[in-house]
Amino acid sequence: MAVLVNAETRVICQGITGSFGAVHTRGCLHYGTRLVGGVTPGKGGTRDANGLPIFDTVDQAVKATGAEATMIFVPPAFAADAILEAADAGVRVICAITEGVPVQDMVRTRAVLDEMNQNAPVGSRRFVLIGPNCPGIITPGPKTGSGESAADPYTSIGKRGVNGGGPGGGCKIGIMPGYIHTHVSEAKTGRSVGIVSRSGTLTYEAVWQTSRLGLAQSTCIGIGGDPIRGLNHIECLELFAQDPDTHGILMIGEIGGSDEIDAAKWVAEARGSGRLTKPVAAFIAGRTAPPGKRMGHAGAIIGGADDTADAKIKALQEAGVSVALSPADMGSAMAKAMGLV
Amino acid sequence: MKIHEYQARELLAGAGIPVPASMVIESPLVAEEAFHKVTKAAGMTSDNALAVVKAQVHAGGRGKAGFVKLVRTAAEAEAAARFMLTNRMVSVQTGPEGLAVKKLLMAAGVDIDKEYYLAVTTDRASRRNVLIASREGGVEIEQVAHERPEAILKQFLHPTLGLQGFAARKIAYALGFAGKLAGQAADIMQKLARAFVEKDCTLAEINPLVLTKDGNLLAIDAKFNFDDNGLFRHADLQAYADPAEENPAEVRASAAGLSYIALDGNIGCLVNGAGLAMATMDIIKLHGGQPANFLDVGGSASEQAVTEAFRIILSDAAVKGVLVNIFGGIMRCDVIAQGIVNAAKEVGFKVPLVVRLEGTNVEAGRRLLDAARKDIPTMQTATDLTDAAKKVCAAVG
Repeated sequence: MAVLVNAETRVICQGITGSFGAVHTRGCLHYGTRLVGGVTPGKGGTRDANGLPIFDTVDQAVKATGAEATMIFVPPAFAADAILEAADAGVRVICAITEGVPVQDMVRTRAVLDEMNQNAPVGSRRFVLIGPNCPGIITPGPKTGSGESAADPYTSIGKRGVNGGGPGGGCKIGIMPGYIHTHVSEAKTGRSVGIVSRSGTLTYEAVWQTSRLGLAQSTCIGIGGDPIRGLNHIECLELFAQDPDTHGILMIGEIGGSDEIDAAKWVAEARGSGRLTKPVAAFIAGRTAPPGKRMGHAGAIIGGADDTADAKIKALQEAGVSVALSPADMGSAMAKAMGLV
Repeated sequence: MKIHEYQARELLAGAGIPVPASMVIESPLVAEEAFHKVTKAAGMTSDNALAVVKAQVHAGGRGKAGFVKLVRTAAEAEAAARFMLTNRMVSVQTGPEGLAVKKLLMAAGVDIDKEYYLAVTTDRASRRNVLIASREGGVEIEQVAHERPEAILKQFLHPTLGLQGFAARKIAYALGFAGKLAGQAADIMQKLARAFVEKDCTLAEINPLVLTKDGNLLAIDAKFNFDDNGLFRHADLQAYADPAEENPAEVRASAAGLSYIALDGNIGCLVNGAGLAMATMDIIKLHGGQPANFLDVGGSASEQAVTEAFRIILSDAAVKGVLVNIFGGIMRCDVIAQGIVNAAKEVGFKVPLVVRLEGTNVEAGRRLLDAARKDIPTMQTATDLTDAAKKVCAAVG
């Protein structure tokens, strides 16, 4: 079990013929992701280097392959359009990897997605946007075979089959290095953590630390570093709280915005009402960041008192979250909170 | 990106928002003429002529430094211009060395009756653009918000329709405007909101918007900040960039596709990913050191970009040690290692260097570094983050 995506999820890549799109399509295939095709306007009817069918529109791709998820690698100027094209075609999990999407594009895009979700018939699945400016989402699978790439010793394309036949187990949608992740069957402790993070490489660091401590990851969600985005911390905490195979939750935040403060309030409330019974650990990056400077991520900027790392750390600690003060202690804070150390 | 006050005035005027008559001058020789022109355009005579001369720099604290002056005669205007263009401006924001002023704004003075505050920004929590207005303009709005939150009015913009007429009028009446003035104020709000969205701003602020004694509304001072992600579609705004106002190392880094911010410490950092870069600064501080910079080489930097990153870090004379922390995802560890080897040959590491590599192609990266050890005598490798932070902090002492 996992959240949002699993080995059965059919995935397409928007921007599959671009240099990034092509590289990461291959990486995801090596991991065992059930990639079923891609979209590049003007190249419909052809196939990519892996033999995946390419379509002109997402609509065509969905009709032909039954895709339920997409990873978007198109350039920033076209990313908002690509997100809405995916939603219009009925793709429920939309993962926008693209960095540099204008904030005003996301104000409009997010509003349209919210409206689509509000107007959807009761009981239908919601559109979930992950990102933009994020590493993606991964539900780790077991290392079942020798992948072609040394960095991804997972299910090889040969074993999995281009169109999703054969054994799999994991689903990697994005740019994260697959091999650092651990499937529960390979974890010493037999316990899995769900990880949600605004940062890419800091997530890899957290995954690596938890794997080294014998923990598995149920699902890791990189929600991205932009100020206006799809999923936020709270929504991921809710997903992990409900997932029976997630035993602990690790949240990685940073300066800027009030997401982590809101998450702290949610944790306190959900604990009180019994909706959250799992341990939560956290790390907040940017205690030494100067105010008013954009620290790489568009959203990582201190504008007011609630934006600072210290304010967020305090709120999380008051809500009973185990906060690692050093980035080297993210894994051990999680393990301790789970009573494993 | 930030722009100068005179450029902000151009944007306001372009959006159809009334601003006082003004001119930009770059020499005291034209100050007298500019004074005559702007005061005449504002309908003043030599009896009531009044103008303000303002240094055009991004740094704040101009007033206290004497770089904003009210002048009543052409001779006073010339003297003020001469002073500002020949002296360096030193304020709390410039550091003791100060900075040279190249451009001045000469603007007609205004007989002020009341001052208001107007701004549009993006509210992250609600994911909406929002108009912020107050009857208490001309002062620090943060202070007003803190002391009397009820004095701040907010109106969210519709995500696709923007600030609608009725919403602007609602705020105009709430600010106390009546009759024709309410219509004028609402019009200014709508124009400001439209400019904010069209120009991909992160802040569009008029402070103060003044009601003059003769009953007109004028935007006296404005501030625009822009979303760097949106700049690609605004050639007019790109032309506003003033590299002389930026940190030279930050400009150089940006040209190489690197994200760099200079800080006050002595440990240079080279990291991939913004979150990990911040976390690396944090762990240096946690172990008693002080980071000299934030540097994110990004996900797909070439060897050349990595070498340039080292040049930038080492060009800071304050740097007494360097910490490289890489968790390779898209970024391959062997590319970073090759960048280190190249930098060692080209620039040379005279200061201690601590390298921590993990992730994609880490074995190849470590082999490259091992092979080059004799060329980089100041290099130590670290096994994890804590080890790396301890080693670099110990090395700089």
